Amino acid sequence: MERIEILRMKSPFRDDFVIHGFHFGGPKKTVAIVGPMRGDEAQQLFVASQIVKNLTHLERQGRVSNELGILVIPTVNSFSLNVHKRFWAMDNTDINRMFPGYDQGETTQRIAAALFEAVKGYAWGVQLASYYLSGNFTPHVRVMRTGYEDAAAAEAFGLPYVCRYDPAPFDTVVLNYNWQIFGTRAYSLYSGSTDVLSHDMAKLSWQAVIRFLNSIKAVSAPLHPGSRSLVFAADELQTVTSQQAGVLYNRVAVGQYVRKDDQLATILDPFTGEQLQSLTSPADGVVFFAHTKPLVHQHSRAFQILPFHS
Amino acid sequence: MDPYVKTVVSEELPVAEELKIKKLVVGSGDGPRVCIITGIHGDELEGQYVCFEMARRLRASPEAVKGTVEIWPAINPLGVDSVCRGIPTFDLDMNRIFPGSYDGHMVERVANQVVDDLAGADMVVDIHSSNVFLYEMPQARISQMTAQRLMPFAKLLNLDFIWVHEAATVLQSTIAHSLNSLGTPTLVVEMGIGMRITQEYGDRLVAGLFNLLAKMGVWGAIPVPASVSSPLVSTDGEVTMINSPFSGVVVNTAPHSSWVKPGAVLCQVVSPLTGDVLADVKSPVEGLLFTQRGYPVVYEGSLIARIFSPNRKSN
Repeated sequence: MERIEILRMKSPFRDDFVIHGFHFGGPKKTVAIVGPMRGDEAQQLFVASQIVKNLTHLERQGRVSNELGILVIPTVNSFSLNVHKRFWAMDNTDINRMFPGYDQGETTQRIAAALFEAVKGYAWGVQLASYYLSGNFTPHVRVMRTGYEDAAAAEAFGLPYVCRYDPAPFDTVVLNYNWQIFGTRAYSLYSGSTDVLSHDMAKLSWQAVIRFLNSIKAVSAPLHPGSRSLVFAADELQTVTSQQAGVLYNRVAVGQYVRKDDQLATILDPFTGEQLQSLTSPADGVVFFAHTKPLVHQHSRAFQILPFHS
Repeated sequence: MDPYVKTVVSEELPVAEELKIKKLVVGSGDGPRVCIITGIHGDELEGQYVCFEMARRLRASPEAVKGTVEIWPAINPLGVDSVCRGIPTFDLDMNRIFPGSYDGHMVERVANQVVDDLAGADMVVDIHSSNVFLYEMPQARISQMTAQRLMPFAKLLNLDFIWVHEAATVLQSTIAHSLNSLGTPTLVVEMGIGMRITQEYGDRLVAGLFNLLAKMGVWGAIPVPASVSSPLVSTDGEVTMINSPFSGVVVNTAPHSSWVKPGAVLCQVVSPLTGDVLADVKSPVEGLLFTQRGYPVVYEGSLIARIFSPNRKSN
């Protein structure tokens, strides 16, 4: 393992801002793994650290390819992690809206440019990602449909679900999109939670990455082959919306199987505790996304159910 | 109940409150409809003074309105009311979610209802004040796609500068793009700086807005300004961006809105800890200093100035 410095930048009053990378294996740019770009992605940082730990262990055992190279960047945004801010602490811009970056531009454009320079040209790219809404997902791989995507290879992670989705206008400036445009087969790995550690889901996630590395022979790790993935389109998810605002009293967790009309949660009056609404499943399926904040607004996405068809 | 005030959006919040987006409606409805909107970014307050002045003057002479004028002071009321640029609790830039979706998440639903209500207006003016970091001369921003249609209206607004920018995919999620795509002409005005009101700029824009209303046949009373400024147009020259070469604290030396020569020192980047001047930042071009750093703390790359050079174009 070689520890490398991808970017160092002076700050006005804090310590130097540094992006660290860990290189394993040989010289051929094969897989780049990018951890948190946002300061609330503690789960993603934990997953990245476990990937580094496992690769270090495998390397000691001689189980890492001498030809294929793996780059792990545990985080791109240590400054925001350290002060519990989601976006770049100085100006609240989102590094993952700055790709492919510009090395003569604004600060986060420069950070994005330095990162992109480091991870460009790899055959595969994996981003440990979080969602723009607060909540938990069942661990899964997301593949953006750009015309360059390789959804079939996503099944090699061995996670139960692979979600394909169409890019929105803002996606043209995210890492995953630009990776694909520049020839990298890119995947986003959602590891359950974001700002709290979910140990079991984290383990599923880092094992999925090692499994993927196994599949392309970048490592040779003794590991369960994983699940046969259900590949689906994001618009197949059925959304359960809060019709009332109040206290959200969850009765299910992500990953749980539910039947049509099963109760998912109740919304309670914040003063009297009386039930305002019962949220029920629209289909037989699995709870794919669950809102996790205790208070919920009206017309908010409380759950997403992935229906199972016979 | 104020008969002029209408509630466009009402959404329940968890604890005994509703998110309400309100507008003031003055006029008969018989004639063109012009909407003045602001407060999409909760930390941009220059539009608040403009809305106040417009509302005050319009209500003083409602009979002079030949059509309808709407004043929307807060598209993002939670943000304006809690010193938050984005939408509190969602950490989202509201001007990246338009046109929204009625069946989507609450913020997308709100965005959709706003667009739905504004669609069909004869003109929408969306007032911004840059952000808390940069101080801007009064200017209109219009995309190349809409320049031909909007330029004549932008020139009525008593501004210093009209910046025609390239169409960027990411800007397709702004309210201006969404409305222009629906055929509702929408101008974006940027002026001043976040979290402050620059009354001089506000008064100028108010005069420009009444000029616009008069030229569109919506306002038939005095005072209509006898003349408004003739703005520079970016397509007649080139905009140069200047980013900080070091992290530190900026001390401006060139006055904002001044004409600078090549080599003129715009600002110094200094270290308060060591007393060192880290850099004298010099202008690489001659032109108008129309954007200047307002918030002194900078990182490498932070934007510190923009200069417009008429009659100078890059290859």
